[in-house]
Amino acid sequence: MGLKDFLLKPKFFVYLGIFILLMFMPKVLPIYQLMLLESGITFAIMSLGFNLLLRYTGLLSFGHGALFAVGAYSVGMMGEYFPEMYRIEILIPVALFASFVVSTIFGFICVRHTRVFFSILALALSMVLFALLVKLYNITGGSDGIHIELPMMFGKSYEGVKRFEFLSGAYYFVLICVFAASTIIMLGIVNSPFGKTLQSIRDNEVRAEMIGIRIRRYRLYAFILSGLFTGLGGAMWSFVNGHVTPEIAEWVFSGEIVYMTLLGGFMVFEGPIIGAILFTYLKLYAVSFTQYWMFLIGATLITLVLLLPEGIAGGFVKLVTKIRRTPSTGVA
Amino acid sequence: MLKVRELIKDFGKVRIINSATFEVNTDEIVSLVGPNGAGKTTLVNLISGHIPPTTGRIEFLGHDITFTSPYRRIKMGVARNFQITNLFADSSVLDNVRICLFSTYGKIKRCFLPANYYGAITQEAVNILDMFGISDKKDLLPPSLSEGDKKILDTSMAFALKSKFLLLDEPTSGVATGDKFKVMDTIISAVKKEKMACMIIEHDMDIVADYTDRVLVLTEGQILADGRPKEIMEQDDVKKILFGVTS
Repeated sequence: MGLKDFLLKPKFFVYLGIFILLMFMPKVLPIYQLMLLESGITFAIMSLGFNLLLRYTGLLSFGHGALFAVGAYSVGMMGEYFPEMYRIEILIPVALFASFVVSTIFGFICVRHTRVFFSILALALSMVLFALLVKLYNITGGSDGIHIELPMMFGKSYEGVKRFEFLSGAYYFVLICVFAASTIIMLGIVNSPFGKTLQSIRDNEVRAEMIGIRIRRYRLYAFILSGLFTGLGGAMWSFVNGHVTPEIAEWVFSGEIVYMTLLGGFMVFEGPIIGAILFTYLKLYAVSFTQYWMFLIGATLITLVLLLPEGIAGGFVKLVTKIRRTPSTGVA
Repeated sequence: MLKVRELIKDFGKVRIINSATFEVNTDEIVSLVGPNGAGKTTLVNLISGHIPPTTGRIEFLGHDITFTSPYRRIKMGVARNFQITNLFADSSVLDNVRICLFSTYGKIKRCFLPANYYGAITQEAVNILDMFGISDKKDLLPPSLSEGDKKILDTSMAFALKSKFLLLDEPTSGVATGDKFKVMDTIISAVKKEKMACMIIEHDMDIVADYTDRVLVLTEGQILADGRPKEIMEQDDVKKILFGVTS
């Protein structure tokens, strides 16, 4: 019943249209633009996970960079220590497992608190991971990071293939399939009874407890799920970037995750996806435009918060409802 | 069914519940009355596990639940509503009830299919709303409801937990006077149909007399009187406390 309803909605056709459009991107976009889009998509996978916590559980994490790094580093370290298993079919589950373990530990500590205390705890833990990644240079390569080789994909070796050929070829299609799957799974999660449970905890934790929900446990589940998506994003990103450094575990990147989500609009499911892709372009063009790019990014954020507090997607939804309402009621 | 023994609750140096002792039997509808500040809501908070008591003992179906978590108590069958409505403000009225049903049926871990896929539960939620007369408002958000409707929604959520013992903290406060009896009719017939025991905090003596089997009078944290509504209201000390009448 639920699935059939969804398949008949116009939204579904929009999704399908975007998916088909994405399929043709390698033919249309120059390679440089395509790589930007790819890293935007990996960020989008991550921000889906981030928004499960922010929008649906009401927890603002300032440490998601660390979970992203776990995904990326598990790919890098697999390449370093288990080169014979360096296949994407193995790497993705390993990255998911690593982010599961780390987010369970992080979550176990963080969900004891909410609001700003939660944010600060997540931030502190991510900085611990950052410090470990820098200091344990024998294992992690320190601040130099780890170079990411091209992995084997479905039995095919890409040795000797140039990275841009790999990225505009098979990998691109794998990436958008992973992205589509994550979007569908996340859409399922947020509308499921489990998703409704998280939202009830966000809305009113006292009442949630009084209808028989163990709130801490469900916050932990949300944190772990969020960590899995973030880790998956990190793993997919590492192939695009070709190199992982500890910077992605630092608070600056965690802040950028929050920024992406705000830019797109966290109140709308699709908001963070739009935000993540847009942010990638925004940042790059700001950097190429001026050396004071951080000023530009900051100015954008201020404008956004003041003029469009619901982000781009939120503003769009508002506009649509306004246009739809105006003719029927006759009131502007 | 429920046995409360010498329950004491101190907030700092103030003793709110002072050695309260009473019982509620199976299938019984009991009302709890008393002046403002007598500790009625605190008593509900203690029984539902919202706050822990200082000393004393609460037994439910023969199990000691004095310090068990609210989660365990709900799974054992103790449900409550809230006097000051406590709803999920950003979820629709339907979802407010539906989440309670998902919790009752242990389906809150299901995370793949959308909530609408669970047609039977959705239908049951609509039925509950229908029973309480607010099913036409199922797609609204709680803040847009009237105070009375919020109250009714709060009660229907407690009802959706399908408990064995239902604690209702002033289910009709805020409801328009003309609708009070209608709401009580709904609640009581539902409670009787499900063979629940029920404890209702109520200020309206007509409701107490009409709907409940037994009255507990609470004053200054102690049970002053316990008996049939008609007899209790004839007692002088009860009259003095509840109505301020001396004869």
